[in-house]
Amino acid sequence: MSAGDDYDDRPSAVLVSGDQGGFAEWLHVRLVRARLGWAAPFVLWLVGRFSGKGMVIAIPYTFLFVFFLVPFLIVLKISFSETALAIPPYTDLVEILDDGFDYYLTFKLNLINYWTVLSEDTYVRAYLNSAKIAAISTALCLLIGFPMAYAMARASESIRPMLLMLVILPFWTSFLIRVYAWIVILKTEGGLLNTMLIALGIIPPDEPLRILSTEWAMYIGIVYSYLPFMVLPLYANLEKMDLSLLEAAADLGCRPTKAFWSITVPLAMPGVIAGCFLVFIPAVGEYVIPELMVGDNVRVIGRKLFTDFASERNWPLASAVSVILLAILVVPIVLFQRQQARLQEAGQ
Amino acid sequence: MNTATAARVPFEPWKDPQAKPYIRIVNVTKTFGDFVAVDNLSIDIYQREFFSLLGPSGCGKTTLLRMLAGFERPTSGRIELDGVDMSTVPPYERPVNMMFQSYALFPHMTVEENIAFGLRQDRVPKDERNARVEEMLGLVQLSKFAKRKPHQLSGGQRQRVALARSLVKKPKMLLLDEPLGALDKKLREQTQFELMNIQEQVGITFVIVTHDQEEAMTVSSRIAVMNHGRIAQVATPTEIYEFPNSRYVAEFIGDVNVFEGRLSEAAADHVRIAPVGGGGEIYVDRGTSAAQGATVWAAIRPEKIDVALTPPTDPSVNCIEGTVWDIGYLGNLTIYHVRLADGRKMTAAVANRTRLREQPITWDDTVYLTWAPDSAVVLVS
Repeated sequence: MSAGDDYDDRPSAVLVSGDQGGFAEWLHVRLVRARLGWAAPFVLWLVGRFSGKGMVIAIPYTFLFVFFLVPFLIVLKISFSETALAIPPYTDLVEILDDGFDYYLTFKLNLINYWTVLSEDTYVRAYLNSAKIAAISTALCLLIGFPMAYAMARASESIRPMLLMLVILPFWTSFLIRVYAWIVILKTEGGLLNTMLIALGIIPPDEPLRILSTEWAMYIGIVYSYLPFMVLPLYANLEKMDLSLLEAAADLGCRPTKAFWSITVPLAMPGVIAGCFLVFIPAVGEYVIPELMVGDNVRVIGRKLFTDFASERNWPLASAVSVILLAILVVPIVLFQRQQARLQEAGQ
Repeated sequence: MNTATAARVPFEPWKDPQAKPYIRIVNVTKTFGDFVAVDNLSIDIYQREFFSLLGPSGCGKTTLLRMLAGFERPTSGRIELDGVDMSTVPPYERPVNMMFQSYALFPHMTVEENIAFGLRQDRVPKDERNARVEEMLGLVQLSKFAKRKPHQLSGGQRQRVALARSLVKKPKMLLLDEPLGALDKKLREQTQFELMNIQEQVGITFVIVTHDQEEAMTVSSRIAVMNHGRIAQVATPTEIYEFPNSRYVAEFIGDVNVFEGRLSEAAADHVRIAPVGGGGEIYVDRGTSAAQGATVWAAIRPEKIDVALTPPTDPSVNCIEGTVWDIGYLGNLTIYHVRLADGRKMTAAVANRTRLREQPITWDDTVYLTWAPDSAVVLVS
């Protein structure tokens, strides 16, 4: 490594392009001091290649590649395999067969898992049920979230940060603890709600409300958990609305209620759409809330996926379930993306 | 400018005792907490007027306009429009439209839909609605842009859409809140004349709020100069400029030199003022309401002052000696800042009628500032 030694006390012979000069020069000095002078040109080339804009883009892309695309490809691969009593519990897609005379490289794509999911009634029903639950929950969130966001956006400027804080505050507690808290509230025997209603004499003590373990409890849980995802984009949208538009509408002869429908609501649509997607997409795959609030007698696709994966140890089938779920969700996600892009083009 | 002004000269309903005011603002007060935005203010505005509310920010002009539109209710007093008390009528029931400073165009509607919005509220039949929208688009020269959204238009085009939208319902009164404030200077000047032409064509009474005195001077039939929620003066642009009734108005509109003095002679057809701090006497060939011996102020506009290197024949009247302190050459005018013996400064504006003066005045020259007997205005407050 005599070349490295030569570099020691001489000015750098490596050409460094101007815009990343500072960092590259510093790095060069470090490399040379570390007696790795021979590597300096290569490292500098790498830094130059990926510095600045490239670096900024590379970080999220790397993240998505490693933590989203690669796991998805693994799941996709498993979905085409067969179950096996092995570790891991599925077969390889590519195998070398040896029949004693010849070697064969075999490549098997097993489609039975997809066929099972798409043809068996229980799966189709679970998908439809999940979509129905997600749709109803989204509608309820919108119904409750819009007035909330509207009131927040029209509240006096001094209390708006506090109201916003109150919406965000539940996130500081674990999601599971909040769902369990609802169980404590809704329990039939000695639940907070029933105790209170009985104490107030609204319902007789021997007829407590049966909410827990019914669909009601599930909707309360989902709506409660996802409401902030509806309120926040709606608030952001309504808050920046130019109120002089409503004055202009009134000035042109439009009554306040009509102005709400013909001005406020159309202008809030981007917020409504964003909020609906943010609630609908995770609600379709929701597993924990139905499981905790209702139990076994609710058929949602998330629960089906979990039992296939954990209890049945049928990883290929579970993988097919999740690939199909993703395919179903990709449609609204793409719609959402296109709408966002359109908004950006409009420059509003 | 000449033709437009000439066309409006005979239009002076406020001088006619028979004429009935179209809009009457009677003893209107508006308070926000402790702050008095509009203070017991009364104005009569006549039909087809182009009336300006002019004043610095915070003088209450926008509050007054918003009360005319119905967005604010007067704390006391009343507003009559065409003989009907409007004080408690909500904005959506008033036959009044407003053009907003921000234009407030509906971003989700096309130009056409924006203009048609007001007609839709009145359930105007579709054929008539389309015809009227078309007519308005023609008036503001935007027919080609009917299908565009506001964000696809330039600032000047948006301004014209806002104007069309507020005119399409043929309101009894159009309110304009700083309508040209967002345009650059060239476009603003051009639009001022367009606005005047449109007002003449549609024959609607315009009430405009502005802080730009040139704009108010150009477009208005009359100007109300406001100060701290009160009217300082209501008069035509010429009267406001040539005969301000107070130092506040004189100083707010244009540049002016003001001298404090004692009224040494107060006759019916002329007055003489002895300036505080000595110097030549000021002779004005008009009478004044103030009594002899009272403290008054003489206001002289810079362009009415002559600058000469030689003293006039009688330097004891309407003449002040000083040295040139600063010269501002503006092309059409040259502004001389002249320092008087007692340290005060006076401004004179001389029109550059010839390309070069034969005897140029330069810094530190001793000059004589003179003016005609009809140039100064005597102010008592």
